[in-house]
Amino acid sequence: MSKLKDNFITLSYGSGGKLTSELIESLRKKFSNKILDELCDSAELNLKEERIAFTTDSFVVKPLFFPGGDIGKLAVCGTVNDLAMKGAVPLYLSLSLIIEEGLSFSVLERVIDSVSFWAKKAKVKIVCGDTKVVGKREADELFINTAGVGVIFSQDIRISSKAKPGDLIIINGPIAEHGLAVLSARQNLGFISKIKSDCKNLNLQVQKCLEVSKKISVLRDPTRGGLATALSEIAESSDLGIEVYEEAIPIKKEVKKMCDILGFDPLYIANEGKFICFVGKKDAYKVKKALGKEARIIGKVVSSHPKKVYLKTILGSARILLPLESEQLPRIC
Amino acid sequence: MRSNSLTSAGTVKETEVFTFMEVCGTHTVAISRWGLRKILRENIRLISGPGCPVCVTSQADIDKTILLARKKNAIITTFGDMLRVPSRLGSLEREKAQGRDIRVVYSPLDALKMAEDNPHKKIVFLGVGFETTSPLIASVILTAKRKKIKNFFVLPLFKLIFPALEFLSKAKDLNIDGFICPGHVSVITGSKPYEVISKKYKKPCVITGFEAEDIIEGIIKLVRQKKKKVSRVEIAYKRAVKSGGNTKAKELIKKVFKVNDSFWRGLGLIKKSGLVLREEFKGFSAEEEFKLREVKSSYELKGCICGEILKGKFKPSDCKLFGKVCTPQKPVGPCMVSSEGACSAYYKYE
Repeated sequence: MSKLKDNFITLSYGSGGKLTSELIESLRKKFSNKILDELCDSAELNLKEERIAFTTDSFVVKPLFFPGGDIGKLAVCGTVNDLAMKGAVPLYLSLSLIIEEGLSFSVLERVIDSVSFWAKKAKVKIVCGDTKVVGKREADELFINTAGVGVIFSQDIRISSKAKPGDLIIINGPIAEHGLAVLSARQNLGFISKIKSDCKNLNLQVQKCLEVSKKISVLRDPTRGGLATALSEIAESSDLGIEVYEEAIPIKKEVKKMCDILGFDPLYIANEGKFICFVGKKDAYKVKKALGKEARIIGKVVSSHPKKVYLKTILGSARILLPLESEQLPRIC
Repeated sequence: MRSNSLTSAGTVKETEVFTFMEVCGTHTVAISRWGLRKILRENIRLISGPGCPVCVTSQADIDKTILLARKKNAIITTFGDMLRVPSRLGSLEREKAQGRDIRVVYSPLDALKMAEDNPHKKIVFLGVGFETTSPLIASVILTAKRKKIKNFFVLPLFKLIFPALEFLSKAKDLNIDGFICPGHVSVITGSKPYEVISKKYKKPCVITGFEAEDIIEGIIKLVRQKKKKVSRVEIAYKRAVKSGGNTKAKELIKKVFKVNDSFWRGLGLIKKSGLVLREEFKGFSAEEEFKLREVKSSYELKGCICGEILKGKFKPSDCKLFGKVCTPQKPVGPCMVSSEGACSAYYKYE
């Protein structure tokens, strides 16, 4: 902790940007071990014959319900997706609830029904859980933690945080919807937005990729910090460069417009139903096909400019893409 | 692209150097984000001016916002950009982490609603912005008056862009050949007020939008004026800007605010360049309500050259602190904080 420059936590430490990585890094050092230090979305545990993926995530979204999802759906999808990003078939989840005094039973029931629905969709079972109730203002309505366990899809796949030179990068669909949907539900923005969260389970889509290719090196769901941050992290951990093409990155028109109005960069906005897949060139088209018509090849891994991501703009110029520094703040005019 | 025709087809001779300044934060970001500087030839220089409202807010005014946040019973509402601006007293973000009630809003209407919902609290809206923002806040103040809401206050730190343009045109040490003028502001003001700049100071002005094509069209129009040795006001953003502007919005500003001298970071005191509440609206003044004394802050951020950057005298990368001590995550100066600040745009995109 001593390395952190602040003497207390500000909200920026939760933004998914650079400060979040610094915080995680300072915590990780206290527990450093081979499994943790891999820095994947899930840990891989080798238990005799089986390769098990294990992960945990907490959910504190406000409001609890937003266009396209709710905290219960997020709590399932978030953990299921983290397991899927290790190439695992998710099997079991735990469910812990921290409930603020005063939360209505009908709200709780809606959330739990949603957990149940999405767990069934993902073919995972909720096998253990816990509830705690805290006083007014000691939590904000409802916080959820889920942990998940899955089995790695097959023995011959190796998904890590290291991409290979020449890998092509595929995304399964348009970006930046979740962050904007939550924002518009949270704030009365004064205009009607039809943008819905993209929150969904990705395990079945990931399995389709794993069925058609053994050459997938990295899978990552660009949640907090958005696509740009995910790409930067992978360039960093791979010690390789990444080139992405602005033209190829799918963004819905209304998302782009809303970003323009608020002064946000869609490349840094959270997604909850998107993933990027780094795959050898030969298999890239097979994987893209397996992912359906919204999937796009958005870039490639190069040996030049290690640890740096460059975006080729529509005009043909190139600019660097940095990880999110701190939470994006809506601009004034 | 047309930019190629501009740079390679000989429109601009190798020996000519044109320096154009954009005075809108959204343009600053767009130019960096599109990588426009990289595709233009070196003899077309694009420099950034004082177009980011957060960046030009004086240190003393930032101190005021923090002092207000510390007042009992106050809820500070602000656009997000203001949260992380550093001051000798800290920043609003740090005040928030220590328990002060500071909330980011997307519209002053949200602040007014908060006042209605929290009758025992005093809601302060930080009024920062140019002609794009002030009419909206004027209209909210009028609504508050009509609804007799007594717990809604504004700290008006509004700036007017034209006096700043005049200041920059007059400055002897800046050789600006023309202005890329802000599309959003001009929707309100119209193109007429730029005529002083084009006629009196002989600086071509082109109002343009925010897409790459808009900005390139603006640059082409500026180059053409320079080549023809003329200077006039042109609109390259006709789909939004009319010469007379938005009469209703202008009336709103006039009704609620009066023009006053204002202190700009980097540019200093500029006569008649700010807005304060008119006498009949003094009841909405946060300074009056909390009896805030005049904050005299001669404090300057050490080593930070935001002031010079705002005048277009230096590029962000000329600053010793840039990218080392000063990053968006730990900003030293305001130009690194606001997403529209030149330093932030250069750091992120160039």
